[in-house]
Amino acid sequence: MNSSPATPPSTPRRRALALVSGGLDSMLAVKVIQAQGVEVEGVNFFTGFCVEGHTHAIRERDRKKPKRNNALWVAEQLGIKLHIVDISEEYKDVVLNPKHGYGANMNPCLDCKIFMVNQATLMLDKARELADTQVQQGEQGFDFIITGEVVGQRPKSQLKWTMPVIARQSGADDRLLRPLSAKILEPTLPEREGWVDRSQLHGFSGRNRKPQMELARQFGLEDFAQPAGGCCFLTDEAYSNKLVDLWQARNKRDYELDDIMLLKVGRHLRPRPHFKLIISREEGEGNFLEGYRYQFPSLELVSHGGPLTLVDGEFASTEEAELAAAIVARFSQGRSAERVEVQYNRPGGVSQLLSVRPLSPEEVPQDWYLGEKRRG
Amino acid sequence: MKSAVADYQLDACRLLCPLPVIKTQNRVRELAHGDVLEVLATDPGVLNDVPAWARINGHQVLESGRRDGIIFVRLQVVRDTAVNSPHQ
Ligand code: SF4
Repeated sequence: MNSSPATPPSTPRRRALALVSGGLDSMLAVKVIQAQGVEVEGVNFFTGFCVEGHTHAIRERDRKKPKRNNALWVAEQLGIKLHIVDISEEYKDVVLNPKHGYGANMNPCLDCKIFMVNQATLMLDKARELADTQVQQGEQGFDFIITGEVVGQRPKSQLKWTMPVIARQSGADDRLLRPLSAKILEPTLPEREGWVDRSQLHGFSGRNRKPQMELARQFGLEDFAQPAGGCCFLTDEAYSNKLVDLWQARNKRDYELDDIMLLKVGRHLRPRPHFKLIISREEGEGNFLEGYRYQFPSLELVSHGGPLTLVDGEFASTEEAELAAAIVARFSQGRSAERVEVQYNRPGGVSQLLSVRPLSPEEVPQDWYLGEKRRG
Repeated sequence: MKSAVADYQLDACRLLCPLPVIKTQNRVRELAHGDVLEVLATDPGVLNDVPAWARINGHQVLESGRRDGIIFVRLQVVRDTAVNSPHQ
């Protein structure tokens, strides 16, 4: 549109890059900064452990909920562009070796925050570089980063002492502004430079969400996601237990994206240390597991209706295959039959028909169920 | 316009949201103004998320729906060269 080199306006509009999680706090942080005339774009990081999207798409019982990606939805409500960045590979190091340790479960929240703000800082630097070299193309950089962090709120990483740690260790330093708690934190570059008016920012702290609800009301926001506890599966106890089990069974702290996706789906039972069964609980999960049949051995009921089951590991003998089939049969429509037929398929195309007596619920010990406190 | 034939196709089948959106975003970054991209997927969330992503970024959704059980979204890349070039 603007091919002739334009004279830059004397006071350029400041631009902020916001970490958008899809929750209310990041939404409010953007609103507060937009209200000061700052142009905002969002960035959302995909770690592989994110709660939204996946589970909703998989489980039938969640079908009533809108199957939308909260971050995208929030960006649309706010009228901002959103960059979604896949950090799942680099994020492994955060999960496997968090310098600051874990929270209540396998959630490395402090390292996670540092990592994400660092990624945003790299984007900031890259965009700045691009803006400097391609000024004629209208490339614009960002001046600072904003997050919806609130001092003293869940997850625990949001403590008063962790705020400067995140700023420092991420490399963002005083380019990191938390509009919701800014007034109780040291003034940052955008405040000192007068790009934003500190007096118009907030001083929220603690677990009480009333101030946020009130601010949401003032902005006319009504429909928003309120994640309980944390923004990812790593804060979930059952999920964390399954992740630890995976590491123990493989004798290695590592994972692939498929592994952590599968931990979100189905019932997981480990009858023997060297194999685990992933049993679908309903049709949606069955369809999802279907996609992995070419990678994993599977068990499938032939004589009755029943769940599709993936086998993670190897059976050492036919007896073990039969044990697994009898467990699967316990969750099938043939659970009270004398015998059921189960087909054991291996990815190479070899299959074997097994005839077994379904186990009774009492014959499936509680400690075979992974991650569940009660039998699910 | 509605039936514009796709110049490019992106197979995002079996991927769960937001991966199909990320793939779409990354593919569109390589395309030129006016190119038509068809995204194929199996996660029903794609029917909401890819059009939402397109709206946010100013691209035009030509058509979306299901064909033989596969979800498709066909979109046309809009690049307002002077103002809206991507940052990465
Ligand atoms: S809960 Fe949030 S901050 Fe904590 S590890 Fe998960 S994504 Fe990171």
